[in-house]
Amino acid sequence: MCLGIPGEVISIEENGEQMRRAKVRFGGITRDVYLDLVPEAQVGDYVIVHVGFAISKVNAEEAERVFELLSQLEGDDALPG
Amino acid sequence: MRYLDEYRDGAAAQKMLRQIERVATRPWTIMEVCGSQTHAILKYGIDELLPPQITLIHGPGCPVCVTPVETVDQALVIASRDDVIFTSYGDMLRVPGSSKDLLSVKAEGGDVRMVYSPMDALKVARDNPGKRVVFFAIGFETTAPANAMAVVAAEREGLANFLMLTSHVLIPPAIQAIASSPENRVQGFLAPGHVCTVTGYAQYEPLAKKYRLPIVVTGFEPLDILHAIHMLVSQLEAGRHEVENQYSRSVTREGNRQAQALIDEVFEVADQRWRGIGVIPCSGLRLKGRYTKYDAARVFALEETASREASVCIAGLVLQGVRKPPECPAFGKECTPEHALGAPMVSSEGACAAYYLYARRAGTAR
Repeated sequence: MCLGIPGEVISIEENGEQMRRAKVRFGGITRDVYLDLVPEAQVGDYVIVHVGFAISKVNAEEAERVFELLSQLEGDDALPG
Repeated sequence: MRYLDEYRDGAAAQKMLRQIERVATRPWTIMEVCGSQTHAILKYGIDELLPPQITLIHGPGCPVCVTPVETVDQALVIASRDDVIFTSYGDMLRVPGSSKDLLSVKAEGGDVRMVYSPMDALKVARDNPGKRVVFFAIGFETTAPANAMAVVAAEREGLANFLMLTSHVLIPPAIQAIASSPENRVQGFLAPGHVCTVTGYAQYEPLAKKYRLPIVVTGFEPLDILHAIHMLVSQLEAGRHEVENQYSRSVTREGNRQAQALIDEVFEVADQRWRGIGVIPCSGLRLKGRYTKYDAARVFALEETASREASVCIAGLVLQGVRKPPECPAFGKECTPEHALGAPMVSSEGACAAYYLYARRAGTAR
């Protein structure tokens, strides 16, 4: 129910509608998504989409943290001691 | 797909598992609250890969499972009306009420339609001005802003034939109910990442402090879950009880302000009945003020009927993490996803469905 899928914003409709819609690509599928909850999202950003609405913009820097942590921890494993 | 595939990498998962093995010296019992995480844990075999001293128990984080049987019965009454088109997320269509489900109503001639978004339901209302279009608005804090947006859009358009039957539930009061129970075995919680994307996690801090339980906001891919377990076990081993954020690529402490404002505009906090558990104070959302005219239960003036549950089903104990699905006498026998006695066997997030789907049987599951 709380399923959220990351997708890339490929275009934003500025058609004077009161709600802001975008085309968002998920792998090979493109869907219309409302951006009203994430107004700062721009073309090229990745957003997490839930029931037709973007609920957050993926923070690319934070997304790398787990991999940096793993390299660091694995590095510690290699230390003698 | 980016931001999914890299978190499903087997080598990275093995590395994280090694780190968990290094840090875990004692038995610990951890609850993942969210049903999507329960399914990921069973699908990827995380429960079987973890060191034996770590026990995962599954929480009530499945809105489909906890929607009260009384509300499902109300949905069945409304959906049976000739002047109604009833719209719902797919998961709710096969959830058993007292005597049948929404798919049975559809088979009997009711106009019941599956939608993927509340905005789809709004479109059905626009396209069918001669009918009343009712949307079954269920969900946690993740879904509440989208449902609120549909009501705001209906108000803006003057769409008088759009209504909602609501069953919105909130996570922190459920965690509080579990943590304060005398039967509680949970020593740390994995908190649901998409709920916290909307709400932030500041409201979890008093819970961690009061009950001296660490809480880690967690994503949904196998590496996310293993990373969060590593963070939680590290806290437990060190005797710490803080709120930490594993899912920082989507979650901030303050959450999504636009979404929160929309929830506050449309809904107010209310006591809420959870199926199988009972009433939890201040654990739900109901339409408020000028938006109450969209409340289907009010418009159709539904009285609570005498609802009943299948007597053999132990869904309530499963949802509270007290029992595991294979401990139910009906599991895999008279209760299967094709013919379910309880909601957790129907929902794509239900613990019983996950155990059935990924072939965990009594004696094999930890």
